Formats: sequence, C-alpha cells, structure tokens
Amino acid sequence: MSLLSIKDVSIDFGGIKALIDVNIELEKGSLTGLIGPNGAGKSTVFNIITGIYKPTSGKVIFDGKTISQKPYNNTKLGIARTFQNIRLFKNLTVLDNVKIAQHIHVQYGLFSSFLQYKKYLDGEKSQDKQAMDLLKIFNLDKHALNLAKNLPYGEQRRLEIARALATKPKLLLLDEPAAGMNPQETKELTDTIRFIRDKFDITILLIEHDMSLVMDLCEDIYVMNYGKIIAHGTPDEIKKNPEVIAAYLGEEDIDEKEILSIEGGA
Amino acid sequence: MIKLKQILKNRFLIFLGLLAFYGIIQILLSTNILNDYYEINIVLMGINIILAVSLNLINGFTGQFSLGHAGFMSIGAYTSAIITYKLGLPFPLALLVGGVSAGIAGILIGIPSLRLKGDYLAITTLGFGEIIRVIFLNTEYVGGASGLSGIPKYTNWTWVFWMAVITVVLIRNFINSSYGRCCIAIREDETAAESMGINTTFYKTLAFTIGAFFAGIGGALYAHNFYIIQPETFNFMKSFDILTMVVLGGLGSITGSILSAIFLTFVYAVLQDYAALRMVIYSLLLIIVMLFRPEGLMGTKEFSLKKLFKKGEKSSEFTVN
Ligand SMILES: Nc1ncnc2c1ncn2[C@@H]1O[C@H](COP(=O)(O)OP(=O)(O)O)[C@@H](O)[C@H]1O
Ligand SMILES: [Mg+2]
Repeated sequence: MSLLSIKDVSIDFGGIKALIDVNIELEKGSLTGLIGPNGAGKSTVFNIITGIYKPTSGKVIFDGKTISQKPYNNTKLGIARTFQNIRLFKNLTVLDNVKIAQHIHVQYGLFSSFLQYKKYLDGEKSQDKQAMDLLKIFNLDKHALNLAKNLPYGEQRRLEIARALATKPKLLLLDEPAAGMNPQETKELTDTIRFIRDKFDITILLIEHDMSLVMDLCEDIYVMNYGKIIAHGTPDEIKKNPEVIAAYLGEEDIDEKEILSIEGGA
Repeated sequence: MIKLKQILKNRFLIFLGLLAFYGIIQILLSTNILNDYYEINIVLMGINIILAVSLNLINGFTGQFSLGHAGFMSIGAYTSAIITYKLGLPFPLALLVGGVSAGIAGILIGIPSLRLKGDYLAITTLGFGEIIRVIFLNTEYVGGASGLSGIPKYTNWTWVFWMAVITVVLIRNFINSSYGRCCIAIREDETAAESMGINTTFYKTLAFTIGAFFAGIGGALYAHNFYIIQPETFNFMKSFDILTMVVLGGLGSITGSILSAIFLTFVYAVLQDYAALRMVIYSLLLIIVMLFRPEGLMGTKEFSLKKLFKKGEKSSEFTVN
C-alpha cells in the first residue's frame, strides 16, 4: 500500500497553472526523487502535500486519510518538511530549534509548565536527551547552544533536516537539501539521508537540482516540467528518457556538467 | 546536568532573597523612612512591572504587536472595583475576577484579530482599547465619564510585591516551557512554526489571554491604590506608556521589562508636574533607543546573577534565549 498518493492535483495561481493533473505515488519506505527545471512546480507539490496550498482540483491521500488544509495537522499526521529557502528559528539555539519541533509529543501539560512540577523537569530532561541524540546524528551536538543563524550554511541545512525529524514523521519532504553545498558536503549529506531512511524507517521525497545526488540516492524518480509530470521511472530509465533530456536542455541556466551526468550516467 | 535537589535549593535561595528584599522595604515603609510619596511610586513600579512583563509576552515573545494593553487593564480595574466597592466582596476575589475577565476579553479579542498581522493587528487592538474606554464612558453603573470614586484602598506594598513576583515567575516559567517555545517560534517564523505542528492561532491566542489576564490583575491593583478610576486613565497613552517600557527594556527580555518599568516609573515621578515634558522625554528615549540600540537595553537576553558572578556551572534548565 502506498503511504502517499497525489491524485490528479492541479492548482492555479490567478491564471498561472502551476500544477496540472499531477499524480504521484510513494511506497512506504521508499526514497523518491522529484526533479525538474526551475519553476517546474516542485516546491508547489510540497506546499500542496503539507496543506499550505489548497489544490484547485484533485486530492492528496496520506496514510489512508485525506490531508488537512491546516499544515500543523498534517505534521501531526506524520508529514515533515524542510524549505528550499532555509527557514530555521534563526535567533534561537540549535537545541531549541529541535525542541520546538518536539512539541507535538510534549509530555507535560500547560499547568505544570507554569509551576514547573517534577513532570515538567522530567519532560524537559527527556526532550533534551532526545534532541541531543538527534543532533549527534547530524554532527551538530557541539553547536547545541549556538544560535542557528551563526551556523555555516551547510550545517543550517542539516539542522533543518534534524528539526523535521524531531516531529517523528512517517514522510519526510526535503526541498533541495544540497543547494549551496560543496561536493564534499553533498557526499556527506547523501550518506546521512540514506542513514536516516534506514534508521528511522521513514519514507522520503526529495526535490533536488543536483543530478548526481538524485541518481545516486533515489530508487524512483519523477520529473516535472511546466507543472506536469513528464516522466516517472528508475534512475536508468530517466537518464535515457528523451523528454527529460529535452526539458533540461531547454533550461537556460543549467550547466553543461548536469546534462552530461544525465546522459552519461552516474 | 543539575539534579532536582540543586534546582529546589536554588529556588529556595531565590525565595529567601525575595523575602529579605520584601522585608527591608516593608520595614522602611512602616518606619516612615520611606514616606507616602515613595510608597505610591514603589507600588506603581510593581504595577508597571506586571503590565510590562505581561505585554512583553504578547509583543516581545510571541511577536504580536498589540496596542490594547490599557484596555485589558481597565477591564481588570473596573470589574475588581465592582467586586469590592459595589458588591462588598473581598479583595483577593476581586484580583482574581479582574484577571479572569480581562483574560476572557483576551480570548474574545484574540480569536478574530490574531489572524491579522503586523500593522493590522496593531490598529485592531488600538481600536479595541478605545471601544472598551467608550463603553465604560457610557455606562452609568460605573460612573460614566467621572468614573468610580471611593474604591477602598487595599493595594499596598505586600500585595503589589507578591503579585509582581507571581506574575514574573509564572510568565518566565511559561516562556521556558514547550508551550512558551511555541510562542517564540511564532515570533521567529510563523510558517516554519506551523510546519513543525504548532497551531499558531491557538498559541497566539494563549499568549494574548495570559498577557490580558495579568494586565487585568495590574488594573485591579491600580484601581485599589488610587481610590478613583476613570475611563480617561486607560486611554491610548496608557498603552503607549506600557509599550515604551517593553521596547526600552527589550522585546523578549523579562528582566529588561522589569528594569525599564522601574526606571520609567522613576522618570514619570520626577517629571510629574511636567506632563508635556514627560511625553517629550519618552519620545526622545524611544528615538535614541531605536537609533542606537533597536533591540532595547537587554535585547532578548536576561540579566542573571549567576552570569554576573561567573559561577561557571551551566544550568540544566537551558534558557530559551
Ligand atoms: N504563491 C504563489 N503565487 C503565485 N505563483 C506561485 C506561487 N507559488 C508558486 N508559484 C508559481 O508556480 C510555479 C512553480 O513554482 P515552484 O513550485 O516554486 O517551482 P520549483 O520549485 O519547481 O522551482 C512558478 O511559476 C511560480 O511562480
Ligand atoms: Mg523550488
């Protein structure tokens, strides 16, 4: 059974058709890539899945239920995400960024917050511990008490993933997690993503511009252009798909290497 | 990580410190070393601390720019005065009812208006404050424009001190809890907060309600200190005064609000006979702060004795800021 199905979803923004009859199925435990030129509609798909945008037509079924139009409810159902333009709580510590995301699992009530009962102290202690364990996986534990805005770019991207995981999701949506990273950082990120998929037993949908990362990591790939899914298949199938190659050739600012890596293999 | 025992010990020491401070001032007041003039201003400092810290929860910590704090304060002032003066019921009940009715007003105002952002919210809360004032102005039961006079004087140093302590402790504890962190997350990035599973409308309303509750208590203490309350007492300028304290001390710093409430009450007292000059000085102070230290005196930092004495040991209660 699939964990997520997007069924015939379309959305208009005042005449601009950003998505046209999009269909995506994610199997439980899969690691799927969503690629396509800039402006193809990839981030819009994430905003639909999380309930930030309401589709003009079509529907999204997650874990057997239609998703809510309230993003916080979808997080409670088990959907977590990162943002293309990093959206950390910049002026708060790395630790607090993670602890905020743990809130839906909070173990003490409002009343013991005011009076700081033992329940509060125990709850905070276990939150601290879980947060630090998570930060360790991302090698961010040494920065726990630094402000998020003071982290280097690559670590901010990793913190966003850690924060999303702190909600204990079933489905993790990563929007260009490697954007702005150097090849070394990208390589480490690839390993981390593979590791969390296995360790946390979750399903991942990944938007990426970096072709080598997607080809390397994903078992299943969807390709979008002008709001439509133009191809779906394994990395090998996608590499050979003439429509995909055309779409990428049509994009002005793509650099040569990316095209070569599509044609020439990973 | 500090053990439970250590935390309890720290709390006990803080309590002893507060008790000692309370006792010293109480002795100075009862021996008249500090005369009535000082007493009035010390009590006013306490009330202003309650008002500033509670407004900071809304404006500073949750990032919702409210200009209606005097409105909540007046609800607390009037309802508490009705409880004691009109109905002859005890003062502690009046404080509670004053706080609760302001809190309920907070929920009623909060739910529709907190969907608005920035300027719109500021204008709506400003409008709310004015509406409340006009309602009291036209209600004969509470004296209309001439207000209620002859309210029994129950407010004194003891009541103000301990109510201020309770306000600060409860709001501080809230801020340092998972629920308070939700409010701070909203201030930082509402979209990201929502995506982390936080029902932002609920937490904004919660902050608004808690802030309004304590403003109501501040109003109740105010009413029982000055014998008389009038709708004019709680006009826009009162909201502006409280806002000045919060901005000057730092949006998001409880200790900042406390220090600036004390400082501005002092300035107010010194310039009492020059009301116009007071506004000039307030405005200049704000301009200077905005130019040279836009985050306020304390920013979002907290003043702590521990840091001052460099005791070293890191608290296990990671503070939010
Ligand atoms: N809120 C919005 N209002 C209007 N247009 C939007 C909005 N969000 C996205 N779009 C448009 O939808 C198209 C797809 O955008 P996006 O999903 O961000 O592309 P991608 O992530 O694939 O680069 C773009 O043309 C963009 O301008
Ligand atoms: Mg995008």
